[in-house]
Amino acid sequence: MKVVLQGLTKKFPPRGGKGEGVVAVKDFTFEIPDGKLVALLGPSGCGKSTMLNMICGLEKPTEGRIFFGEDDVTEISPELRGVGMVFQNYALYPHMSVYNNIIFPLGNLKGEEKMTKEQMKERADKVAGLVQIQELLERKPKELSGGQQQRVAIARALVKTPRLLLMDEPLSNLDARLRLQTREEIRRIQRETGVTTVFVTHDQEEAMSISDMIVVMKDGELHQFGKPQEVYDDPANLFVAKFLGTPAINVFDAEVKGEKLIIGEDTVLDVPGVRDGKVTAGIRPEGFIYDPEGPLHCELDRVEVMGRDISIVSKNAACEAPVVRSIIDSDERPEDGLKTVSFRLRPNKVHVFEPETGERLRFGKGK
Amino acid sequence: MIEKNNLKAWLYLLPALIFMGIFMVYPLVDVFIYSFEEGYNFVSQTSYGTGFYNFSYVLHDTYFLQAVRNTFIMVIITVPISTGFALLISLALNSITKLRELFQTVYFLPYVTNTLAVGLVFMVLFKKTAYSDGLINLLINFFGGESVDFIDGPYWAKMFVMCFYIIWIVLPFKVLLLTSALASVNKTYYNAAKVDGTGSFRVFMKITLPMISPTIFYLVITGFIGAFKEYSDAVALFGTDLNAAGMNTIVGYVYDMLYGDSGGYPSFASAAAIVLFVIVLTITCINLLVSKKHVYYT
Repeated sequence: MKVVLQGLTKKFPPRGGKGEGVVAVKDFTFEIPDGKLVALLGPSGCGKSTMLNMICGLEKPTEGRIFFGEDDVTEISPELRGVGMVFQNYALYPHMSVYNNIIFPLGNLKGEEKMTKEQMKERADKVAGLVQIQELLERKPKELSGGQQQRVAIARALVKTPRLLLMDEPLSNLDARLRLQTREEIRRIQRETGVTTVFVTHDQEEAMSISDMIVVMKDGELHQFGKPQEVYDDPANLFVAKFLGTPAINVFDAEVKGEKLIIGEDTVLDVPGVRDGKVTAGIRPEGFIYDPEGPLHCELDRVEVMGRDISIVSKNAACEAPVVRSIIDSDERPEDGLKTVSFRLRPNKVHVFEPETGERLRFGKGK
Repeated sequence: MIEKNNLKAWLYLLPALIFMGIFMVYPLVDVFIYSFEEGYNFVSQTSYGTGFYNFSYVLHDTYFLQAVRNTFIMVIITVPISTGFALLISLALNSITKLRELFQTVYFLPYVTNTLAVGLVFMVLFKKTAYSDGLINLLINFFGGESVDFIDGPYWAKMFVMCFYIIWIVLPFKVLLLTSALASVNKTYYNAAKVDGTGSFRVFMKITLPMISPTIFYLVITGFIGAFKEYSDAVALFGTDLNAAGMNTIVGYVYDMLYGDSGGYPSFASAAAIVLFVIVLTITCINLLVSKKHVYYT
C-alpha cells in the first residue's frame, strides 16, 4: 500500500499560551511507494518523529492530508489505520512474557475478527519464526538483550499484519555491532513480508545502507527524496551534501571566474554554465585524485592508514573545516617528508552551491 | 582486610544500633515478658507469677472482644474502600490538565489537618443535640428520612461515621502516592496500546494496574497496619470513654488497660498488645504471599 502525504503541517502550541509555538513539520508533500523501505533522515529535532506519529495517528496534523492507498486516514484514529509501530524504547510491557506481548494486539480484536487462543498461538508462532525468537517466548523482556527486545517489538508490530510498519529510531538503543546486524535483519524482514515500512533515523549510514528510498528532512522541511545513491551523488543543496557521507564532504569558500572554479589561488575545475562570483564548493573525500601535478594544493598534515584505502589529512585556508579529508587508494601513498600535496578532482564528486542559500548550482560536463 | 572493614562497618552502624536497641528492641522484648507476668506492678516491679493467665483474661474480656470486632470491621471496610476510592480520584486527577494542581491541593488538605479539629467538624455534621439535628440529619430529613443520632445512637450509625472518618483521613496520602505512581508510568506504553487499538478498560487492567501494583501493595499493607492501630480517630469522635460508647479498638483497649481506672494493668495491656502484634503479623504475611503473584516490580 502506498502512502501519500499532502501538504502535511504540524504546529505545536507555544508553552504557556504565549509566543509563536513551534512548527515541527512544514508543508510536507511526498509519496511513499508500495512495499518499499523508506528512511526519514535528518538531524535531531527536525520533525522526523512528529512526522512518523502523524502517519501513525498519534499526532493530528494541523494542516494537510494523509492517504493510505486511496483512503483518506487524516481523521482516523490509530487503531483503525492498520499500522504497526515499533517505538524507540520498544515499549514492551515489562510485566508480560514475550509471548503475551506479541499476542497483546490480537486480544484487542472484537466481533467477527475475534481470535481463539489457538489462532493467536498460530499467528504468534509465525511472526516469532520470522524474527527468529521462537525460543524466547516464555521470557520476560528484561531477560532479553537489546537486539532481542527489538525483534520482539517488531514481532508485536507485525502480528496484526499491518498495512504499514513504522519504526522510530529502531537501532539507536543498540551497540555498534548489533546495529549492523539488526539493520540487515530489518531489511530481511521487510523483504520477506513486503510490508511498506517507514523508519526514522538520524544516522545517514543506516539510512543509506538498507533503505530503498530516503527522505532528507531539516527543520520540518523536505530537502530531498530519492534513492540513497541518487541523493548522495546528486544532492539538492548544501545541507543534504553535508549530511550524507562519512567522512563528510569537504566544503570550500570558492569563486567562479569564466566558468572555472577557483579555490584559494588554484584554478581547479571547469564548471561550464555556472555564473561568475562567489560560491561554496563541496568535494567528496573520494573526489580527490592524488597527483603531484594536480591543480589543488594543500598543506600535508598526516596520512591515516585504513587498510584498503588511505586518508590524506591536509590543510587548506579556503576550507570551512580545519582539515581536508581525502580518501585515495593505498597504492598512491605520498612519499614521506612532503610538505604540500596536490590533487586533481573528479568532476562528478564536486558540487557547487550558492553561498547564501546553499542551493545547488549545476554545471555541465567539462572537457 | 575484610575482617577489618567489617569492624569498621559495625562501628559506623553503632549509633543507629544503639538507638534501635534502646527504643525498639528492648521495649518489644519487655512487652513480651510483661505479657507472661501475672499482675505486674510498675511501682514495686513485682508480679505474682508467670503463665498464660493474662492472655486468657484478655481473650475472655467482653470489652476486648468488642474492641477486636470493631477493629476488624474498620479494617475490612476502610482499607479496600479508601484504596479503591484513592485510585479512582488519582485516575481522574491524572486525566485532567486544567485545575489539576488545585484539585491535588484540595485532596491533600485533610492530611495536614489536625485529627481533633476534624473530629469537631464531624460532630457538627453528624451529632444530634437538643438544638440541632446536625447537617447530615437535615439532609436525611430533606429526602424524607428519619433523624439518626450518629454519635450516641445505634451501633451501625456510629460505625458508619467512624469508617467515613477514617477513609476521609487516610485518603490524601493514598491519592498523593497513587497520582505520582500513575504519572511515572511511561507514556509510550499507552501509545503502543493505542496504536494496537486497546480499549481503555483493558489498558487499565493490563498495563496501568500492573505498573502501579507496587504502590497499591504498599498502600494496602500500610493501610491494614494503620487501620489495626486505629485509636485517636475514635477518641476524636466518641471521646475517651470508648468502652461506654461501644466503639473501642484494640489499641484503645491497651491504652485503657495501661492508664484507665487509675491503677493500670500493664500485664493485660501487654498481652493485648501481643495479640494485636500477632494479628498484624499474620495479615501482613498473607498480604506478602498474595502479592508475590500479583505485584510486578521493575
